[in-house]
Amino acid sequence: MFKTFIIGLVLGILAAAGALYAFPVVDQQREPSIVKVAANGGNVETLHVNIPADRIVVRAPGQETTVPARLEWPADNKLQSIGVEFYKIRNERDDVIGVAARTAAAGETTNDWLLHLPARGSQLVSVQTAPLAGGVRRGDLRAGSREFAKRRGSVALRWLPDESAEQSSPSGRIELLTNYIGTADESQ
Amino acid sequence: MKYLVSLLLGLLCGAALFILGLFYNPFVADRGLSPLSISDSAVTSLSYTRVPAKNIAYTNNGMSRIKPHPESIAELWNGPVRLTDATLTELRDARGQTAGIGVKFSSRSEKTRLMRGKALVDSVWYVYLPDRGSLFIEQSENYWPFIQDVVFPAYRNSANSWKGTWFGDLTDGPGALGIARVTGVSGAFQGKSMEAVESLNMRAYSTDKGPVSAEGRLLIAMPPKDLASADASE
Repeated sequence: MFKTFIIGLVLGILAAAGALYAFPVVDQQREPSIVKVAANGGNVETLHVNIPADRIVVRAPGQETTVPARLEWPADNKLQSIGVEFYKIRNERDDVIGVAARTAAAGETTNDWLLHLPARGSQLVSVQTAPLAGGVRRGDLRAGSREFAKRRGSVALRWLPDESAEQSSPSGRIELLTNYIGTADESQ
Repeated sequence: MKYLVSLLLGLLCGAALFILGLFYNPFVADRGLSPLSISDSAVTSLSYTRVPAKNIAYTNNGMSRIKPHPESIAELWNGPVRLTDATLTELRDARGQTAGIGVKFSSRSEKTRLMRGKALVDSVWYVYLPDRGSLFIEQSENYWPFIQDVVFPAYRNSANSWKGTWFGDLTDGPGALGIARVTGVSGAFQGKSMEAVESLNMRAYSTDKGPVSAEGRLLIAMPPKDLASADASE
């Protein structure tokens, strides 16, 4: 009987180790990437934010109204000219695939967007505050992690008002069109 | 029948032994001293609160014991962001003065390997320091030593809490020697590559609320050209 217990003990250790190996402790849900090949090279992906549904945090300099309503901004003068927004970001199928933060400071010529796609990686994009023709703002990928660590490229950002008459539809969307290409390091 | 009972008892004891072995794994070494603490570079320190309710904003999936702050903030309940936390916090310099703001997004990592003592979180920081510029920090954090030394004892405690002083480096890569990669985005930092380590100083932890008294710290090794301004700020 003692031998059976010892066999059970060893089997128990092996089974627990096997279970930990076979079943991942963390399993991020993935949405299939909707990436198109650009005519001049690189990959194009369209992301968007539905306004107002996808707003998590909104704080603008000089404005009393914040999202959420009880957001307490630090009193220090140094931080008064900074605006921060957090959003959920969606793919072309309108599925949430990540979160984004936009930080803007008075007097700066660029806004910085931090895009975080949990299953893929993160991107830091600096977007010009001055719009081009058609209301498009241009931006550059400054840094990235994991999937985006060895990429370079640009982003086109624009506001698209919702023109459907449906009452439940959002007031509009912020569209981010990313056009990235892998660097030589990545292909090695 | 008695053999079957004996086998089942053995299986249960084996599984329990394995779990105990995970928590008290002697092969998981303490990383010890942070590489940046013996670096020749000037290092700037930015601290922030690790108590979610003391941040400007903090949100998660809403099902965790750590509650989002403020209460009415939108939660990250959608599948692909369910294992993600978002934090907006005030950063303070080494003298305790306001230095800027920090945005941190962190997601539980699929590279987590408990048998190797790695409970990993992939995180990124966006740090904005007015008049100096902005930084992007990319890192993997390992919370296993913290779970072993603080969370597990808190669950064993009859009061479901832990009090004491726990200090440790969380950063576990992706750079060599477990250092975070830092990229300068704008201002004086633009285009520069730097290194950083994030550490945690925990003083009180509750199994109901999470951190009760805790401070995080980012140590950033400054690029040579920014040494003067880093010295001035220290």
